[in-house]
Amino acid sequence: MSLLIATTVDDALAAMAAGARPIAGGSDLVVGARHGKAPLPDSLVAIDRIAELRALDVDTSGAVRIGAGVSHHLIESHPVLVERFSALADAAALVGSPSTRHVGTIGGNVMNASPAMDTGAPLVVLGASVELRAVTGSRTMPIGELWIGPGRTAASPDELCVAVHLPAPASRCGSAYVRLEYRRAMEIAVVGAAASVTLAADGTVTSVHAALTAVAPTIIAVAGLEHLAGATVAEAAVAVGDAARQQATPISDVRASDRYRRHTIAVMAQRAVDAAARRAAGERVPVPVNRALGIGAATGGPS
Amino acid sequence: MSELIGRELTLRVNGIDHPVEVAHGRNLLSVLRTEIGLTGTKEGCDDCECGACMVLLDGEPVNSCSYLAAQAVGREITTVEGVMRGDELHPLQRNLLDEGGVQCGFCTPGMIMSATALLARTPDPTDEDIRIGLSGNLCRCTGYARIVAAVRRTAQEHGVS
Ligand SMILES: Cc1cc2nc3c(=O)[nH]c(=O)nc-3n(C[C@H](O)[C@H](O)[C@H](O)COP(=O)(O)OP(=O)(O)OC[C@H]3O[C@@H](n4cnc5c(N)ncnc54)[C@H](O)[C@@H]3O)c2cc1C
Ligand code: FES
Ligand code: FES
Repeated sequence: MSLLIATTVDDALAAMAAGARPIAGGSDLVVGARHGKAPLPDSLVAIDRIAELRALDVDTSGAVRIGAGVSHHLIESHPVLVERFSALADAAALVGSPSTRHVGTIGGNVMNASPAMDTGAPLVVLGASVELRAVTGSRTMPIGELWIGPGRTAASPDELCVAVHLPAPASRCGSAYVRLEYRRAMEIAVVGAAASVTLAADGTVTSVHAALTAVAPTIIAVAGLEHLAGATVAEAAVAVGDAARQQATPISDVRASDRYRRHTIAVMAQRAVDAAARRAAGERVPVPVNRALGIGAATGGPS
Repeated sequence: MSELIGRELTLRVNGIDHPVEVAHGRNLLSVLRTEIGLTGTKEGCDDCECGACMVLLDGEPVNSCSYLAAQAVGREITTVEGVMRGDELHPLQRNLLDEGGVQCGFCTPGMIMSATALLARTPDPTDEDIRIGLSGNLCRCTGYARIVAAVRRTAQEHGVS
């Protein structure tokens, strides 16, 4: 029964090779253990003080490396992410409360692999890849290949998520993440949709990508959008909404019925495309876009 | 240097080191209250939902009911007891009383910690900033408006540092 506070990736990897489970902010792991979801592992390695994991770097090409230990707070307030990778900032700004955003990390979010995780759909539309490392070596995969089921990833137990990589976006490209929520804080997505849109000089769509939250066992990319090249933004928004409704396989639970999810995912996807296109055209749509759209209570108390 | 934490550990709370002996997996809230005797921090839901247990860890808010005590080793922990200035109330405390932002008072320590973190980062917050800053803290008595007013007044007085 122990906790190793690691200060280097190598120390963390050695501990994991010996069976320790990584803990970053603990906002899924500790909260889940206290709910009785799974007992707290006997051997833990805290990875929240490893400088390499806390770093967020933008290179000269405009590509970004986000260390797995970067907090949602840093993501929602980082000027480059807000400006150029807005969907991810939209998502981070919606997570929990200020304390959740300070302790919670992007690595914990993607490795927890909840179908309702907020950073997942934005990472998919931004073309992210995830870097995993073990004592035996490292590998990088497209983020969508990481999730293989609810709470399940393709990583083996001794693999540490080191970073998430985002390629530089094209010019005249914008992105947005919209989630349906019943209140404005401490909420879980009822459904959510991310979109990234690239526009041609005449304002038509060059390409559009979309991904969906909480309508399938994992985050899913919306397939078959290639034919929308040349469409107007309005046409693309409707088409992406229709495709989202068709490809969603939602469940019913206490938060919403499957029918309601199927209906609202189309609305959210359409709004995400619209907001992404406005950003692509240079309009300043504040992060998180949910607020501008008035989703959740528009005014009133924090509850 | 990486550090292996066992049952015996030292927590630095409000500037004072407290050696304690705790079982694996013990949460910070229970150690603060029952081992160290600082009962200002409250247990509401014990489930990371209500914010009554909010403390600061190196200046940032954390729900201490759902944070491992062992993970706080080497960090500066601030509780509501740590915001008093000797026998003087902190301006936030005084303004919460003056504005009527305290009824049963159970949420108050957590509100104070979240507001302290907010004002340290955003000295001149809008009402929206204040509501976001307090969005992890539930109050079942006041309806929030007077709490927001107290934070606003504290900011206007430049009372926080
Ligand atoms: C009140 C509350 C509100 C929340 N609201 C939201 C929300 O709105 N949206 C949302 O998406 N989530 C939400 N969450 C869930 C959670 O906060 C996020 O998923 C967060 O990003 C998890 O990060 P963490 O660092 O705390 O993860 P941890 O709990 O430390 O870890 C989560 C899991 O990932 C593993 N892990 C962590 N880091 C790594 C790594 N680098 N490599 C390999 N494995 C790793 C751990 O072993 C564990 O299995 C909420 C949680 C709470 C308690
Ligand atoms: S007691 Fe910790 S959030 Fe309620
Ligand atoms: S004053 Fe009673 S809960 Fe806030």
